[in-house]
Amino acid sequence: MTGELGQLALCLALALSLVQALAGFIGAHEGNLRIMAMSRGAALGSFVFVALAFFTLMYAYITSDFSVLAVAENSHTAKPLIYKISGVWGNHEGSMVLWLLILGAYSAAIAMTQPVGEGENTKLGARALGVQALIAIAFLVFVLLTSDPFLRFYPPPFEGNGLNPLLQDPGLAFHPPMLYLGYVGLSAAFSFAAAALLDSRNDAAWVRAARPFALTAWTALTLGIAAGSWWAYYTLGWGGFWFWDPVENASLMPWLIATALIHSMMATERTGAFKSWTLLLAITAFSFSLIGTFLVRSGVLNSVHAFANDPRRGLFILLILFVAITAPLALFAWKAPKLSPGAPFDVASRETGILINNLLLTASAAIVLTGTLYPLVLDAAEGIKISVGPPYYSATVIPLMAILAVAMPFGPIMLWRRGNLRAALYSLRFAGAAALVVLLAVLAIARPYSTLGVMAGGLGTWLIAGSITDLARRAGSWRRVRHLGAAAFSVALAHAGLGVTAFGVAGTAIWKSEGIEVLSPGKSMAIANYQLRLDSTERVQGPNYVADRASITVFSGGKQITVIHPEKREYPVEQMATSNSSIRTTVISDLYVVLGDPRDGGGWVVRAYVNPLAPFIWIGALIMAMAGFIAIGARIAVRIRSARSQTAAGLTEAAE
Amino acid sequence: MKLRAAVLALFLVGLPAGIASAAEQAEQPGQDTYVAPLADPILEARAKAMQKELRCLVCQGQSIDESNAPLAADLRRLIRQQMEAGQSDEQIKDFLVARYGAFVLMKPPVRFDTYILWFGPGLLLVLGAGVIGATIMRAKRRLATDPASDDLDLHS
Repeated sequence: MTGELGQLALCLALALSLVQALAGFIGAHEGNLRIMAMSRGAALGSFVFVALAFFTLMYAYITSDFSVLAVAENSHTAKPLIYKISGVWGNHEGSMVLWLLILGAYSAAIAMTQPVGEGENTKLGARALGVQALIAIAFLVFVLLTSDPFLRFYPPPFEGNGLNPLLQDPGLAFHPPMLYLGYVGLSAAFSFAAAALLDSRNDAAWVRAARPFALTAWTALTLGIAAGSWWAYYTLGWGGFWFWDPVENASLMPWLIATALIHSMMATERTGAFKSWTLLLAITAFSFSLIGTFLVRSGVLNSVHAFANDPRRGLFILLILFVAITAPLALFAWKAPKLSPGAPFDVASRETGILINNLLLTASAAIVLTGTLYPLVLDAAEGIKISVGPPYYSATVIPLMAILAVAMPFGPIMLWRRGNLRAALYSLRFAGAAALVVLLAVLAIARPYSTLGVMAGGLGTWLIAGSITDLARRAGSWRRVRHLGAAAFSVALAHAGLGVTAFGVAGTAIWKSEGIEVLSPGKSMAIANYQLRLDSTERVQGPNYVADRASITVFSGGKQITVIHPEKREYPVEQMATSNSSIRTTVISDLYVVLGDPRDGGGWVVRAYVNPLAPFIWIGALIMAMAGFIAIGARIAVRIRSARSQTAAGLTEAAE
Repeated sequence: MKLRAAVLALFLVGLPAGIASAAEQAEQPGQDTYVAPLADPILEARAKAMQKELRCLVCQGQSIDESNAPLAADLRRLIRQQMEAGQSDEQIKDFLVARYGAFVLMKPPVRFDTYILWFGPGLLLVLGAGVIGATIMRAKRRLATDPASDDLDLHS
């Protein structure tokens, strides 16, 4: 019964989305406040019904209702509760419902935060809700027609197929919802941009409305990508954290464009510069989200043939993608010439810095897109198979990122409109000196020599010292730093966070040491300055797996530090094995130990890595996300304050 | 099972095909994927470096350096044998390309059908730089002729 309830809820959500779209556009066109209010109500209602569908599906997973096909294919009674829940979005159908849920949440947030009274901004909000509803309709129809999550089948099996064991991990319970919060959040920026174009107005109003959503999306994408790479790092058993894999690229591209977007929005909101460009970026950012969805969803990545075997889903998303990209671009081409030009600025100005940022980030996204699609296109067109792997991206994206890092500290230090490059250089003299010192130190000390590593050391320091310089300069003196506004901290943290990540990436990718040996109990191996002694292995029984569990004592400098327990698990239901590595971190470096296969002649293969600065990768990402939270928090605080003062003003008026 | 791509794909996609292919490539118990390192540290370093540039053909997007698939182990072994036999990196790569095609190279070769891949982004960057340069010059000219809204507080 519950499954049918979910299906019904999705249908009702679809009906309400139609109301939301019609009422939004018609209400805005006629300037009718009551019709526009209807659109907001429909948005809230649609969200409630999608949520109902989502929780219905979750209920089916929790209660192991195997008469629902998706549950039978992806769940199992012996699975721990948290993975029954995360299993909801661990497959195509469920993840689409999560996508809809988050889209509905953003629409509801727009409905609740936009102005409701007479005025142009109310119309803007109503049109944005209309566009938002069109996206919802497209995806609701997609789910109902091609990916019904509540599909029943008879007879229900006694037991389900289970979930891929690699996905039974807390890191991956968190990763997709975060990523979706980012992907889908870009829809809000897109909707406001489209609404502004429909309104033929490109003042800062749409940017002001869309920026909190863009910031939320960016923060969520940052966290989502970081969680994904962290998961890869500790579960895949090789200490790798980024593979330039098409699925990863699908999430990186929207992040790059979203980063460009939040910078460009800053300029447009503040000074009114490059207004049209910001509109275009907002459209592009969501297009990249959709491209990512298409790449991952259609099966085209597995092989061109997988796409051809079940083309319905792929073609449907391709159709959505086509309309969602061409329609707003056509709208843009039609309206842009009529829009007022952006505000002027000098060559030496923060605006120029932001344009350089935008150029490098969009070019990087274009490279990643080319690298991701090229092998697919070549295979489909010519039947020639090539690989585009990490060496390609190292040769193309990394240099652009290095140039970006050189330019980054100048941005916040230059003034808007008319800056002074010489003064900025003077402000940054200490940061430059610090960067040079670290660069030379890495050059002198770190072996083996690596140009990339030397550059990362210098540029990472440059970013962090640049951020400190900016804070000190704004405050005037060290004691006053804590009185600075949230915006200053947010910028400084975001830029410094990237520097921290650069350290981690370089340390791990370049100066990792590794050792593989066959150890029988009692035998030791050496790795960097550690000695590892295999004490014993035992067979242990988990909730839905059996494992070989090793006890390995770690020594450093002759002293015993700790005992670690890497495992090799076998999941009988899924018929898969996983390696659960042990990581002992000192923050400065990670000791990473993996238990391999038993050897015929006795003993076990043990692989060990020392990854210098590995934790910095994710610490940096967390710092960047924190910057995002501060920026969002500051915006909310401003909103509340202005709402309060408005209420107060209203009360005084009433009293008079 | 070290198939990040397959796993992520099926996680985000949930394609049954993905699950099937992931299961096929799962570690098979009893398979020996241990490859003893070479005694000569210089040769071993060369072998490690080369491992990162070759694709594990049965995996999704992983190099043979980071895969536990039996084929990856075979290729790791093969590289070492050839290196000990005195083959150069180029010779080994040529041998593998002849056997498996350019697909085995993580770094795509520069040839006529990859010109767009290698030079397209650079071209785009130059074009973009031109557009942005023009935008900046236009904005600067307008700054000279139109001093409007200079009263805006922009000093932060």
